[in-house]
Amino acid sequence: MSVFEGFRFRHVSSPIHRLDPRVKFFYVLVIFGVAIAFLEVLPLIFLFLIQIPFVFIASVQREWIRSLKGASFLAILIFVVNFAFGYFGGFYPSSMSPWEYPLAMSLRFLVLVESFSIFFLTTSPDHLSLALEQSHVPYEFCFAFTTAVRFVPVLAEEAQTIMDAQKARGLELEKGNFIKRVRNYIPILIPLIVSAIRRSLDLAEAMESRAWGATEKRTNLYVLKMRSADYTLIAISIGMVLLSIYVRLFITIPSLTTLLT
Amino acid sequence: MIEVKGVYFTYPIGVEALKGVSLTIRDGEFVAIMGSNGAGKTTLVKQFNGLLKPAKGEVLVDGVNTRKVSIASLARKVGFVFQNPDNQLFCETAEEEIAFALKNFGFKEETVKSRVTWALNLLGLTQYRQTSPFMLSGGERKRLALASVLAWEPKVVVLDEPTIGQDFEQKERLRQFIVQLNAQGKTVIIVTHDVEFVAECGPRVVLMAEGKIVADGNAKEILTDKELAFKASIVPPQITQIFLGLADFGLPTDVINVHEAGKILFDILKEEVKP
Amino acid sequence: MIESSFAKYSGDNNLPIIQTKNLTYTYPGGTKPAIKDVSLTVEKGDFVILTGPSGCGKTTLCRCFNGLIPHFYSGKLEGELTVGKLNVVDHQIYEMASHVGLVFQNPENQLFALSVEKDVAFGLENLGLPRAEIRKRVDWALQMTGIEELWERAPHELSGGQQQRVAIACVLAMQPEVMVLDEPTSFLDPLGAQKIFEVINELNRKLGITVILVEHRLDLASKYANHVVIMDEGTIVLDGKPREVFDSESARLIGVGIPRATRLWQMLKQNGIRLAGAPVSSEEVIQLLRGVLKRD
Repeated sequence: MSVFEGFRFRHVSSPIHRLDPRVKFFYVLVIFGVAIAFLEVLPLIFLFLIQIPFVFIASVQREWIRSLKGASFLAILIFVVNFAFGYFGGFYPSSMSPWEYPLAMSLRFLVLVESFSIFFLTTSPDHLSLALEQSHVPYEFCFAFTTAVRFVPVLAEEAQTIMDAQKARGLELEKGNFIKRVRNYIPILIPLIVSAIRRSLDLAEAMESRAWGATEKRTNLYVLKMRSADYTLIAISIGMVLLSIYVRLFITIPSLTTLLT
Repeated sequence: MIEVKGVYFTYPIGVEALKGVSLTIRDGEFVAIMGSNGAGKTTLVKQFNGLLKPAKGEVLVDGVNTRKVSIASLARKVGFVFQNPDNQLFCETAEEEIAFALKNFGFKEETVKSRVTWALNLLGLTQYRQTSPFMLSGGERKRLALASVLAWEPKVVVLDEPTIGQDFEQKERLRQFIVQLNAQGKTVIIVTHDVEFVAECGPRVVLMAEGKIVADGNAKEILTDKELAFKASIVPPQITQIFLGLADFGLPTDVINVHEAGKILFDILKEEVKP
Repeated sequence: MIESSFAKYSGDNNLPIIQTKNLTYTYPGGTKPAIKDVSLTVEKGDFVILTGPSGCGKTTLCRCFNGLIPHFYSGKLEGELTVGKLNVVDHQIYEMASHVGLVFQNPENQLFALSVEKDVAFGLENLGLPRAEIRKRVDWALQMTGIEELWERAPHELSGGQQQRVAIACVLAMQPEVMVLDEPTSFLDPLGAQKIFEVINELNRKLGITVILVEHRLDLASKYANHVVIMDEGTIVLDGKPREVFDSESARLIGVGIPRATRLWQMLKQNGIRLAGAPVSSEEVIQLLRGVLKRD
C-alpha cells in the first residue's frame, strides 16, 4: 500500500496546498503537454528538476519519494522495452546513441508521475470536489466522489472485521492451492457487498431527509476564489508553454551523446 | 482455562489498547468484561482466540501459548459471537451457514447434518433451515450467528456486545439462554457496557478502563462502588443509584436487583406505611 | 435572531403539530401492514417517547413523519398525516425536510462529508440558502450541540457519541419544528446515551422543538418525556403521560422494559405499600422514599 501513500492527501498547510485546484490542474496539463512535445533528454531532465522546489515548499518530500519509488519499476520496464525495440529493430533517431531515446521515454513517464503526485498530495478531496463543482461538473458526481473517499477507511475497517469474524469460524485464508484461496475470499466479499448495499440505502434515506434535490441551484459553504498566487502559477504555466514552443521551433537541442563526447 | 499474563497490545495506528493486563478465567466461569467504549474490552477478548497476539506478555488457552498455534485451532475451543451478525452471514441457506464452521473444523458429513439440526432447534430456527439468512429479521440473524457458533460446541463462548439493539423481551430471553449455557458447563464471557443486563445476570465482573483492569470481582461489589463507576465511566444500575441515594438512612448499598430491592424496602416500610 | 425563525409554524398555537388519523401502511411486497390504524396527536413542544417490542412499527411510523413513506418507499399509505399545516402525502420529502428532521440509528451512515462543518452545511446547501446564512446556521448548530471544537474533523475520527451529536447538528441546522430520532443511542454506551438525551432535552426546552424519540432505554430517557406512546404489532396500544403508561399492566404484558424505578414502586404497591406519584427515574424514587423514611 505504500506506493499509494505517494498520492494520498496530507493535512498540511502550505502555499501549494492553498492554490486553487483548477489552476494546479492546468499546470499539470501544461507539464503533460510540454513533456510530450520533446523527445530529447535534456528538456525532460529540466522539467523533472523544476518541479522539485514545489515538493519542498509543500513539505511533501517523503510521500513524493515514495510515489517515485513505486513508479521506478515501470520506468525501468519502459526503458528496457524501448531499448530492446530500438537496438534490435533499429528504430531510433540517428542523432542519438541507442540508449537516449529509451531514457527520454522513462523520464517522460517519471515527470508525469511526479506532477500528478504533487497534485494529489497537495489537494484535499474536499477542495477537489469544490473545484469540480465550480467547473460545472454535475453535483451528483462530486458528491459521489467525496462520499467514496469518506467511506474508504470505514470499508477498510469493515473488511478487517469480516475477516476476523470468518477466521473465528475456522476459515484459513492462506491454506490450499490458488483456486481454493480465491474461493476463501467469498465469505469475505459477500458480507462486504451486502453491507455496502445496506449502507447505500441508509445513506439515501439520510440524504433525502436532508433535502436532497430541493433545488437545482445548490449553494456551497465555501467558494474557491483566485488569488495572486493562483494568477502567478497561471502566468508561469503560460510562460512554459511559450518557452517550449520557441525552443521546439527555433533551437536545436543537443543530444546527450553530443554533449558528453 | 484462559490465562492472560501481563499483556500489552498496540494497534498499528499507534493506539495502545492494553497496558499490562493479567487475568485468569477458569473453566465453567461466567464473566462479564465491562467498561466504556474504548476501554480495551474487545481488544482483550480478541486475544483469547488468537485474532490479536500480545506485543508483550502472553496468553495461554488450556496451557497453549496463542502465539504458537493457528487462529483456527484456538477458535475450535473459543467460540466468538461478533456484535454484528451481518459481518459473517454469506451463505444461501441457514443450514449452510451453520455448516460452514463445522466443515472448516473438519467434522464429518453425518455429524455436520445432525449438529445443524441440533443448533437450529436450540435457537428456535428449525423452520428457517432452507431460508436465506438475508431474509431473516435482525433478531433471527443474531440467533443464527449464535447457533453457528454453538454448533461446534466450543468450551468457551465469547459474546461481544450481545444486547445492542435488542428490546426488553429479547434481552430477557438472551439472559436466560446464557445462564443456561453456563449451567451446562460452558465458560461464558460477555463483553458489554449494559449495566442493567449484567445486574440481572450477576456474573463475575472484570472492569476495565483505559487499557487496564481496574476491578475484578463479584457483580454486586463492583457495580455498587461509586468511585469505581466514576473511574471506569460507567453508570450504576438504576436500583443501585436509588440505594446509594438513601445510604444515609442506613440502607444497604450493595443492591443491584429489583427483587432484592423490593424485599428490603418492604421489610423496612411495612411498619411505616399502612394503607 | 435565529431563535425567532422557529416561529415558522405561525399557525394556531393551539393546534397539535402532528396529527395522524387511521394511518395504515404496507411495505411493497409485504403481506400485512407494518402499521395499522395509527391515530396519534402530538402537541407542539412535546417530548414524546415512542417504544415497543422489535417489529412493532415504530421505525415505520418515524419514516412517515418526514415523508420517506410514501415518497421514498413506495407501497400503500392510507389515512391522514399532517405535520404543522402540511399534509405529508402532498409534499415532497425535501419540502418536509425543513419542518421535520430525522436522525437515524447508525451514526456512521448519515454523515457523508469529509469534515463536520460540511456535513452540517449539507442540508442547507441543498436548500440553496445564501452562503452567509449557511455559515451562521452551521456555527449556531455546532454551538447548540456542544461540538464547536470538532468543526474540521473527519467523521471517521469521531466516537459514536460525537458522530450522533454531529447528526443532530446536521438536522438542527435546518431548523425543523419537529425532530424525530430513531434509536439514536443503540450503538452508544450508557454515558454516551445520557449525553445525547441531555442535548435533545436542551433543544426541546430551549428552542421548543417537538421531539419524538424512539428508544428501548427507558431507564435513561423516561425522565425527559411528557408523552409516551407504546406500539405493538403495528398499532398504538398505550398513549398518555409517562406515569400512567408505565404503571399500566398492559405495558408489562407487552414486554416493554419499563424503568426499573417504576418497577420497584409497582412491587411495593403490590405488597400493600402505597407511595405517592408514579416515579420514572431513580431521583424521583429517592425523593419519595426519603419523604417516607424521614418520618422515622
